[in-house]
Amino acid sequence: MFDFLDSGQYDLLGAFWVTVQLTLYSAVGSLIWGTVLAGMRVSPVPLMRAFGTAYVNVVRNIPLTVLIIACSLGLNQTLGFALGGDNFKEIGFRLAVLGLVAYTGTFVCEALRSGINTVPVGQAEAARALGLSFFQVLTLIVLPQAFRAVIAPLANVLIALTKNTTVAAAIGVAEASLLMKEMIENEADALFAVFGVIALGFVLLTLPTGLLLGWVAKRVAVKR
Amino acid sequence: MSGVSVTEGAKDAAPAADSLVVLSNVNKHFGALHVLQDIDLSIARGEVVVVIGPSGSGKSTLCRTINRLETIDSGTITIDGKELPAEGKDLARLRADVGMVFQSFNLFAHKTVLENVVLGQVKVRKADRAAAEQKARALLDRVGVGSQADKYPAQLSGGQQQRVAIARALAMDPKVMLFDEPTSALDPEMINEVLEVMQQLAGEGMTMVVVTHEMGFARSAANRVVFMADGKIVEEAAPEQFFSNPRSDRAKDFLSKILHH
Repeated sequence: MFDFLDSGQYDLLGAFWVTVQLTLYSAVGSLIWGTVLAGMRVSPVPLMRAFGTAYVNVVRNIPLTVLIIACSLGLNQTLGFALGGDNFKEIGFRLAVLGLVAYTGTFVCEALRSGINTVPVGQAEAARALGLSFFQVLTLIVLPQAFRAVIAPLANVLIALTKNTTVAAAIGVAEASLLMKEMIENEADALFAVFGVIALGFVLLTLPTGLLLGWVAKRVAVKR
Repeated sequence: MSGVSVTEGAKDAAPAADSLVVLSNVNKHFGALHVLQDIDLSIARGEVVVVIGPSGSGKSTLCRTINRLETIDSGTITIDGKELPAEGKDLARLRADVGMVFQSFNLFAHKTVLENVVLGQVKVRKADRAAAEQKARALLDRVGVGSQADKYPAQLSGGQQQRVAIARALAMDPKVMLFDEPTSALDPEMINEVLEVMQQLAGEGMTMVVVTHEMGFARSAANRVVFMADGKIVEEAAPEQFFSNPRSDRAKDFLSKILHH
């Protein structure tokens, strides 16, 4: 039943390696972009607040498939952005990461904002009273405490991101679900085995993520 | 009320003539509530001013306007001759010169006690880290919590946390210290350890504005008592005079309610 795995025809590990890379690059990117967005949404500058709010509310409500295909057909094929990639494979990968970051950043931003709300207002007041600037108050006092409060919800975002990388198949990035499509076409008799293998692969990626971050969340929790 | 010993020289330190903090014609509203009404107050260098009054009289708000944690609607506040900037770097610079101690301590919960006292020196004063740590340890020793330096705030008692908060403010070498009900959140047995540190500071000539309900501290450490009610300064007097012979009916009424036991 699992013979197709031994045939040497499918590079299962390679495909999942692309999934892992998509996840890691997108995770780092959306963590940074989400933090910037959250900073904008709590900033004292009305224009930044307005941009942050508008961006989050527009982008998180667009289906990821639409975003990623728009990156490929719109940004790349129509407007000519290649993001420094040389070939189809590289460009596709980078466009997919861009779409995933643009999308996932909104969820990171909102998780962080809820974390910021768990930091007592007195913490920021004490920091301002010492003469710290807005940026210092945010980066030294508020965000470090906010991050510790939202590690568990961020783990959810990361797990969702891992699975969302399958959308990159829509623009031909050779990750796990694209390989699944190919296997289904060729191995119709082992359909459930194909599903099982791909599902297991994702569970193996996401389960430790959830467990590890759950443990980290407990360890770094701020005691009040 | 609290049996705080008077540090010698606390009252003898006559306030210098020049004013360090001047509030003139300050008004502030919270919605329909006129919480500060035409406040005029000047605090001399080295003076200890205790602000007392019933809840909701605006005394905490007054204290918080001095470093602009609360904005004001009209009037001016100057510190050391300079008017409070509205925002930005100038305001941050000025705040660094004004130490503030809060009712709920507000120690940075994710940083150790030592880090709490080091942070402002390094990030605002741009002090050398080793020097900042040395100074922090000396200050923590001075307020009696030197042995707790490597713990987190949540591991300390309220009285210890508040003394760390005082050390954190002192680390900035402030020109004036603001105390916003520093003992109101403390268990009774911890109040004295905080008041003693404040007594000591007053004795050393620190300019202090203290909002408090501790009448014993007001009597023993204050150069002047300011009595507020309903957003106005009703009476200002030396503590002896205020407690033994208040002029206004409002103050008489207030004191009769709190000093009868």
